[in-house]
Amino acid sequence: MLRILILALLIWLPGLPAHAVNPDEILKDPVLEGRAREISKGLRCLVCQNQSIDDSDASLARDLRILVRERLTAGDSDEDVLNYVVSRYGDFVLLKPPFKMSTLALWLGPFFLLMLGLFATFKYYRREPTAVEKPDAPKPLTDVEQKRLQKLLEGD
Amino acid sequence: MKSRILFLVPLLVFMVLAGYFAVGLTKDPRKLPNMLKGKPVPEFALAPILDRDDKGFRNTDLIGDVTLVNVFGSWCVACQIEHPFLMELKEKNLVPVHGIDWREVDPTAGPDWLRRYGDPYMLIGDDPKSRAAIAFGVTGAPETFLVDKKGVVRYKHVGPINQQSWDEVIFPLIQKLRTDEGI
Repeated sequence: MLRILILALLIWLPGLPAHAVNPDEILKDPVLEGRAREISKGLRCLVCQNQSIDDSDASLARDLRILVRERLTAGDSDEDVLNYVVSRYGDFVLLKPPFKMSTLALWLGPFFLLMLGLFATFKYYRREPTAVEKPDAPKPLTDVEQKRLQKLLEGD
Repeated sequence: MKSRILFLVPLLVFMVLAGYFAVGLTKDPRKLPNMLKGKPVPEFALAPILDRDDKGFRNTDLIGDVTLVNVFGSWCVACQIEHPFLMELKEKNLVPVHGIDWREVDPTAGPDWLRRYGDPYMLIGDDPKSRAAIAFGVTGAPETFLVDKKGVVRYKHVGPINQQSWDEVIFPLIQKLRTDEGI
């Protein structure tokens, strides 16, 4: 039984999300800690650049996590903390790029393309059908054809 | 007539995308902008490293002369590559270089390293918790900041300084900053 339990645990454990936050970094105040976690999730680790500092084991990420917590404890708002880090490392440190002039294409581009696509589709279905799609109405049958038809119908 | 122009739309969209990629893909995502350029050195006050019994290193020390602030660590391999060049700067007395000893796990590691390879620094601050490093926006070592006489950051060099970067960029900038008003 115990063996099965241990085995089950071993299988289950690696599936848990691995957070890099060490126990000694965690703040006593759960509200502050919650805010710190949220901020950390949005900040890029500058060493392994596609991880947040919340996920990264890099030592610089750890120091940044501690800095975030210290600033929050000192009474900074979430925005103050983010502004400080951005003032040092630039917008790149934010995992979610801010909405501003230089990122307009990034934020609005997809919607613009979607609108363009919708417009094109709409235009396509609303236009006059072309000659290929709408052939002329069939010509009336000739006399010969009329007679053949009559014959076929009566032939039953 | 209308459809004649319309068939150009995909080409146009492609050209815009290609333009974005042409610019975007040549940029190195590891190169971050120097956020401090043109701004005063951030406030910091670092304790001295073990071997030195001076006052350490703080931002106010940087006012009065054109200086280099070099972020290094005994754990940093690239710093070892850069080190002989910094020693040369000291021997030739070309520019004062101050050091930020970054993230030493063991406080004796930095001093040991300097004893082994030589100490090119005028002032050194110990920065085990990345205080000054984060304030400077450092992402890796070595990084070197060129600071003017008023204590304003003028240039950031990422990676080891070598003869080429010194000759082509750093030294010309230093000379220019020296001739700017006075000294």
